[in-house]
Amino acid sequence: MSTQQTKVEPSYLEHKGKYKGIFSWIFSTDHKRIGILYLYSILTFFVIGATVGLLMKFELIAPGKTIMTAQTYNAFFTLHGIVMIFAVVIPGLPAVFGNFMLPLMIGAKDVAFPRLNLLSWYFYVTGVLLVIISQFFGEGAPDTGWTFYAPYSFRTAGNMLPAVFGAFVLGFSSILTGLNFLVTIHRLRAPGMTWLKMPLFPWTLYATGWVQLLATPIIGITLLMIVAERIFNIGFFDPTLGGDPILYQHLFWTYSHPAVYIMILPAMGAISEIIPTFSHKTVFGYKFIVGSSLAIAIVGYFVWGHHMFTSGMSGVALYVFSLLTFLVAIPSAIKVFNWISTLHKGSIDLQTPLYWAVAFIFVFMIGGFSGLVLGSLAADIHLHNTHFVLAHFHFIVFGGTGYAFFGAMHYWYPKITGKMYDSRWANIGLLLFLTGFVTLYGMMFYLGYKGMPRRYYDYDEIFHSANIISTMGSWIMYSGLAIIIINLFASLKNGIKAPSDPWGGKTLEWTVPSPPPAENFEEIPIVTKGPYNYK
Amino acid sequence: MSAIETHRDNLTSKFGMWLFLFTEMLLFGGLFIVYTIYRYKNATAFHLAAEELSVAVGTFNTIILLVSSATVAMSITAIQKHNKKIAVVLLCITILLGLVFLVNKYFEWGEHLREHIFPGSNELALRGHGDVMFYGLYYFMTGLHALHIIVGLVLLVIITISVTKEKINSEDFVFLENGGLYWHLVDLIWIFLFPLFYLIT
Repeated sequence: MSTQQTKVEPSYLEHKGKYKGIFSWIFSTDHKRIGILYLYSILTFFVIGATVGLLMKFELIAPGKTIMTAQTYNAFFTLHGIVMIFAVVIPGLPAVFGNFMLPLMIGAKDVAFPRLNLLSWYFYVTGVLLVIISQFFGEGAPDTGWTFYAPYSFRTAGNMLPAVFGAFVLGFSSILTGLNFLVTIHRLRAPGMTWLKMPLFPWTLYATGWVQLLATPIIGITLLMIVAERIFNIGFFDPTLGGDPILYQHLFWTYSHPAVYIMILPAMGAISEIIPTFSHKTVFGYKFIVGSSLAIAIVGYFVWGHHMFTSGMSGVALYVFSLLTFLVAIPSAIKVFNWISTLHKGSIDLQTPLYWAVAFIFVFMIGGFSGLVLGSLAADIHLHNTHFVLAHFHFIVFGGTGYAFFGAMHYWYPKITGKMYDSRWANIGLLLFLTGFVTLYGMMFYLGYKGMPRRYYDYDEIFHSANIISTMGSWIMYSGLAIIIINLFASLKNGIKAPSDPWGGKTLEWTVPSPPPAENFEEIPIVTKGPYNYK
Repeated sequence: MSAIETHRDNLTSKFGMWLFLFTEMLLFGGLFIVYTIYRYKNATAFHLAAEELSVAVGTFNTIILLVSSATVAMSITAIQKHNKKIAVVLLCITILLGLVFLVNKYFEWGEHLREHIFPGSNELALRGHGDVMFYGLYYFMTGLHALHIIVGLVLLVIITISVTKEKINSEDFVFLENGGLYWHLVDLIWIFLFPLFYLIT
């Protein structure tokens, strides 16, 4: 081992805890090990969800039945939605990189409640297993879509109970993670790290924590009401018993719209870390990035109605929701300007994470602008529930969170694993992924504009050619994905040893060895400067 | 791991507990919204249905919970004053009161069930949509609240055992404080449920 240091702490990967083998992982309360647990579980479910998506795209390569029946298709888009939303993008960045990096970045030895942290992983796994069980037992797979709209969700013969309850349990896991991070950020920042000296990724986790905490209970109770509807036939959302199905939609989107910001805020945070590091320059407008994160978290609560423009609302409500939707775009735009200005006149180091960050900005802006199209009332009447909406939210959710996730993966990979990856294959993977992505979802804008509805396994002949291109895009994207993931795994074995700061980052996680020692810091650092001090 | 396990910060624990209580309030908050909307839609039916509930039983249960909140708060003071015995007695009284609350609830629900008033019953369906909603919400909200009482009781039992084993003592009683906070929340939610279902007629 190293001879320069007087004392070499074993890394978290080698640290001998109370347990051995797999138990040293699944019983570990070390935030870094829990982050890795999340990483592997989320990656597994992501591959499942992506494969289901690939099959769905293959079904759409030609009109009529290609490889699956209508009912299978219904089950597939439901599974794809639940897994990707609740099990992949909502926990994605906070649970993996938040867990691993937050204590390192704020100079703490762990999160505030390490055991609660482990518990929330168990909730997570239980929730996903319930959702997956619902596919194989009972009267048939759930077929409502991930939104569980009433009254169909309690009339369908599909096996809804485990799926809905699984989503409830996943929500609980999300609340506990958010709570843990909030308390950690309040209580465990290193001495000298005032609020405005905190790096931006922790800041976005902070904003996300509040959204997780204050919005998730609403979906929790709504899902419990669906459970009660199915078991006791109460009638909350059943029009034949005096219930109101539109009320269900309101309650559902009161959570599920803020949830979009649970997905995107940490993604923005990761991008805000990558860009200054590879520009070797202080981030432009730090306070504006912080402020816009908080603004997104707050305004994001009041825009849920834009999912329901065609469901039946008063005219005034429509105008207000439309206006607020336009307003919530402003803080996102501020961030984009900040990132671009950070790059401006920086000494740019072209590395894989920066490519991901730039690709993120590209797809995120397409997703954002198409969101404004949908936010305007007249256009939405035409485009609602078409492939246009599908394209929009894949650009913003998959394009936003997905790209930031892989960007963060390539950025922090040396720190997490202690190895460098092969950046040539990583770049080829990204190029294929981006090409496939734009082909796949770009065509959907056209299809939706032409009137192709979502969630149908069949379509009119006029949509055929565009669907062929879109499906081919899915193959390109999937192969890009395969290259990226295989490269990262191969580099675990073949990669060269990573130094503690391979990119020249200035935040605290780069001051500890790669991989970090089990206790993170031998001595808690004392912070005197801002996070991106390149002077 | 050693640093983590020896590290103890009471303020952090309480902060976490308060945040958790926020989420609990929002959980019921969703139901209060649903209640408000259906009450607005079915004002007369809610008014008439609420008159059928026994104000006496409701009041009795309210008093029980208020007293139990007081006893759990007193047990914290007792612990602080090194008086383990009184703390245990007060905690036992709290648990007992919680059980009495549940027994009352059992008889109350039993009465309705005998009259065939429960979700999905013909009797209730014949009475119209307003009654379906009122009793649907009644069972769901008081049921969820009763579930919280049960969780709270389990917590209090664990706490009482910890006090007798002196794991909770005058030096380290944050677990008792957090349990007390949870019990106060359960009480607080009842303070809202009581007027909504029993008093507003």
